[in-house]
Amino acid sequence: MSRQSASTAFSALLRRDFLLAYRRRAELLQPLVFLLVVTTLFPLGVGPSPQLLANIAPGVIWIAALLATVLSLDSLFRSDYEDGTLEQMILSDQSLSLIALSRIVAHWLVAGLPIVLLSPLLALWMNLPGEGMSILIQSLIIGTPVLSLIGAIGGALTVSLKRGGQLLSLLVFPLYVPLLILATSAVSSAVAGLPYTGQLGLMAAGLIGALTLAPFATAAALKLSLS
Amino acid sequence: MNPIYLFFHKTGSPPWFYKYSAYLIPWLWAGFIILAAIGLYQGLLVAPPDYQQGESVRIMYLHVPAAWMSMMIYGMMAIMGIIALVWRIRIMEVMIISSAPIGAAFTIIALVSGSLWGRPTWGTYWVWDARLTSELVLLFLYFGVIALYNSFDEPRKAARAASLLSIVGAVNLPIIHYSVLWWNTLHQGSSIGTSGNSIDTSMLWPLLYMAVAFKFYFGANLLSRARLRLLKQDHRKRWVKDLLAEGKN
Repeated sequence: MSRQSASTAFSALLRRDFLLAYRRRAELLQPLVFLLVVTTLFPLGVGPSPQLLANIAPGVIWIAALLATVLSLDSLFRSDYEDGTLEQMILSDQSLSLIALSRIVAHWLVAGLPIVLLSPLLALWMNLPGEGMSILIQSLIIGTPVLSLIGAIGGALTVSLKRGGQLLSLLVFPLYVPLLILATSAVSSAVAGLPYTGQLGLMAAGLIGALTLAPFATAAALKLSLS
Repeated sequence: MNPIYLFFHKTGSPPWFYKYSAYLIPWLWAGFIILAAIGLYQGLLVAPPDYQQGESVRIMYLHVPAAWMSMMIYGMMAIMGIIALVWRIRIMEVMIISSAPIGAAFTIIALVSGSLWGRPTWGTYWVWDARLTSELVLLFLYFGVIALYNSFDEPRKAARAASLLSIVGAVNLPIIHYSVLWWNTLHQGSSIGTSGNSIDTSMLWPLLYMAVAFKFYFGANLLSRARLRLLKQDHRKRWVKDLLAEGKN
C-alpha cells in the first residue's frame, strides 16, 4: 500500500469522525442539553433579577460551556480505544499528532461549535446586554477550540482508565483558568463600554499556542496510554 | 564508556541510587535542622516587628519560603518529567511522584499561613486575590498529578502520565499566574527581586536561612520517599532481596 499524503489522511479521518458523530446523534446532544439545563439552574438559584443575571451572565455562560465541553471530552478517544482503532492509528505511518489534531478538529466542530451557536439563546436567558452579545460569541469562537485542544490532552491521558471522567475534570479545569478569566473579562468590559480587544487578542494567542503544542502532547499521551 | 554517560547510567540504576542516597540523607537533615534553627531564632526573636504589621509579620518566615518551594517543586517536577519521558530514567519517574506530595504540602502551608497572616493585616482570611488564587490553582495541579498517578495500576506508566501532566501544567502555570495577576490583585508585590530589595537586611537574612533550610528539607524528604517507593516497586527484584539478606546477617 502506498503512503497516503498527510492531507488525504486528515480529511479521511475527519470524514470518518463526522460519520461516526452523525450515527451517534443522540449522544452528541447530551452535552448541549446539559449546557441548557445548567444555565437554567442559575436564575433559579440566584433569583430572577435582570440586573443580577446580566452581571453574572458572561461567567455563567462560560462556566456552562466548560462543563459541557468536559462532559463531551471523555468520549473523545474512548470508543477508538475500546475497539482498537487507536492502536491501528498509532501503527499507521501517519504522524500521530496529525491524527490527534484531526480528532480535535472534529470534536470542536461537533461539540464546540454548537455551543457557539447556542450562546445567543443563553445570553438572552441570562439577560446579557446587547453590547456583550457579539463579544460573547467572538470569545466562544476563539475559546472553545482551546477547550478542545487542552481537553484532548486530558482525554488522552485518561483514556485507558475505567473511571476517567471525574479525573479528567480535575486535570483540565485548572488549565482552563486563564481562558475563563480572559473571556469573561472581555465580555464584561464590552458591556461596560471598555476596550476588550486586548483580552480577545490574548485568547487568540492562547489558541495559536494550544494549536501548536497540544497535538504533540495529545499524541504523547495517547502513546503512553496504549503502551 | 564516556564518563558522563557512565555517571548518568550509574545514578539511574536503582541499587546505586538506593545505596548512595543513604549517605546523603543525614547531611540533608542536619543542614535543615541547623539552618532552620538559625532562621527561626533570628526570625522569631532577633528580627524586629514590622512597624505596621507588628508581630504578625513573623509568619513571613514560614509563608514566603513555603510559597517559593511550592513553585520550585512544580518546576522541578516538570524538568524531571522531561528527563523521565525523554531518557526513560526510572529514578526520575520515582522522584517526580515522590516530589508531588511534598510540593502539595508546601502549597497548603503557604495557603494556610497566608490566610492566618491575612486575618490581622487585611482583615480577612481569604480574598480572591491573584497570588492566593494562583497558589490555589497550583494546589489543584498537584492534586491532578497525584490523582492521575494513583489511577494507573502500573507504576511506570503512571509515572510517565504524571510526568506529561506536570509538563503541561508547567507550561500553563506562568499563563495562569499572569492572567490571575491581571484579573485581581490585593497582595503586595515581591519585596525581593533582581532589581533591588525593599526589605530590611535584619528581616532578609532569617528569610533566606529559612528558604535554604526548606530546600534541605525537601531534598531529605524527597530522597527518603524515593527510596521507599523504589523498595516497594522492586520488592521482587534481586537487588532488594540481596539487600534484605545483608540486613539479616
